[in-house]
Amino acid sequence: MKKESIVCRCEDITEDDVIKTINEGYTDLEELRKKLRIGMGPCQGRVCIQLVTKILEKKTGKTASKIPLPTSRSPIVPVPLGTLASDENEK
Amino acid sequence: MKMKNKADVVIIGGGVNGCSLAYQLAKRGINVVIVEKNYLSSGATGACGAGIRQQWSTKENAELAINSVKIFENLSRELGQDIEFCQGGYLVIIHDDKEMEQAEKNVSMQRSLGLKVDILGSKEINDVVSILDVKGMNAIGATFCPTDGHANPFKTTFAYADASRRNGAEIYTHTEVVDIKIDNERITGVKTDKGTIQTSVVVNAAGVHSKDIAEMIKVKLPIVPFRKEIMATERLEPLFEAMVISFKDGIYFSQQKEGQIVGGIPIPKERSGYKTTPTFAFIQHMAKTLTRYAPVLKHVNMLRHWTGFYDVTPDARPILGEVKEVKGFIQCNGFSGHGFMLSPMVTKLLTDLIVDGKTSDILESLNLERFKVKKIEREMSVVG
Repeated sequence: MKKESIVCRCEDITEDDVIKTINEGYTDLEELRKKLRIGMGPCQGRVCIQLVTKILEKKTGKTASKIPLPTSRSPIVPVPLGTLASDENEK
Repeated sequence: MKMKNKADVVIIGGGVNGCSLAYQLAKRGINVVIVEKNYLSSGATGACGAGIRQQWSTKENAELAINSVKIFENLSRELGQDIEFCQGGYLVIIHDDKEMEQAEKNVSMQRSLGLKVDILGSKEINDVVSILDVKGMNAIGATFCPTDGHANPFKTTFAYADASRRNGAEIYTHTEVVDIKIDNERITGVKTDKGTIQTSVVVNAAGVHSKDIAEMIKVKLPIVPFRKEIMATERLEPLFEAMVISFKDGIYFSQQKEGQIVGGIPIPKERSGYKTTPTFAFIQHMAKTLTRYAPVLKHVNMLRHWTGFYDVTPDARPILGEVKEVKGFIQCNGFSGHGFMLSPMVTKLLTDLIVDGKTSDILESLNLERFKVKKIEREMSVVG
């Protein structure tokens, strides 16, 4: 990958940003998430989390399968507040 | 990192309070370590609503908050990292005469402490936040304090942690406290799953787990865990600056620096306990109330919703300072949902206590001892 590679499209985070943050000592996927907002955008981590896990594996030697994934958050896909507010009893 | 086997102070809990306290102690030359069983900001700090409010019903909370805001105002510069502190004010919606009476009492107390805060009529509400539906909220007025605001809880915690490390503090994450050692009613050490650290001072800043920590040395803390839920929308262009809250409906929401609207509300029939699963009841109740308050938001997508805990005490105020039963056992917990916003001043007072042995009226009145007397003054201004 080139240095300019975008890892997280929602929050515009590059591979370089991730590596820099890991070098600062943030080696937990949840910490990286809170530091960089990866996985907090509309895709909820579907694009970035696997890539970040791979970078984390390469940088820290942690086995990817042993790195705990961030909690998935409902409603999983974006849903308008108006839809969520509508009552099933209302026509 | 190899763990130290000796420290002046061991802080249990790597939330905003633990990290802020470590920073201030380290700056004063104290050999301090943090032991955190998960990662930094993994508890209530990382799940919180980010709000910073000075409008309270009890004098102690108002004083702590006013002094905290003064510290927040310079914190990005002091720590060398942007904590995204933004002062858009807090708009507290008033729905009926009883609330108005309480608001008048609160405002007069807050003003006596030098806070700039006003009571607005219903017509002035839209001057502050234009998207609110005054009728839909059943609002008869509001109070507004322009210097209230919000900051980024993750960035604040990480900035404190980085600054404390620069000053010599050590932080052990993924390290769990299994026992606290005492001898003759004095703290002598902390046993973790990675080794034992000798110390004479332990600070219990473990949030909702503070109760279990204290239990290890038979100190009873009257803390009850409440699961709280909170949601974030997609990012939007700047729509409003103030945090909107209602004590009656329990709702709070604000627009963060990145553009997302973050807010929460208690679910109907809320019960205490350690459950962490999010509920659909919350999503529906929040969406209904939020779109009643600001109908235009019905077109906005909710992205995610999560849970965190309030460590609630009988008077909804924190437990601070040394306990009578064990020398060197200091509490920094029971924040009842307000730990982030009060952290700068709380940890300053605790630093004065630990380093100089200096106590204060606030620390005395928020000591664990207060629950042994019959009458306690309850904080009325609680949301979420």
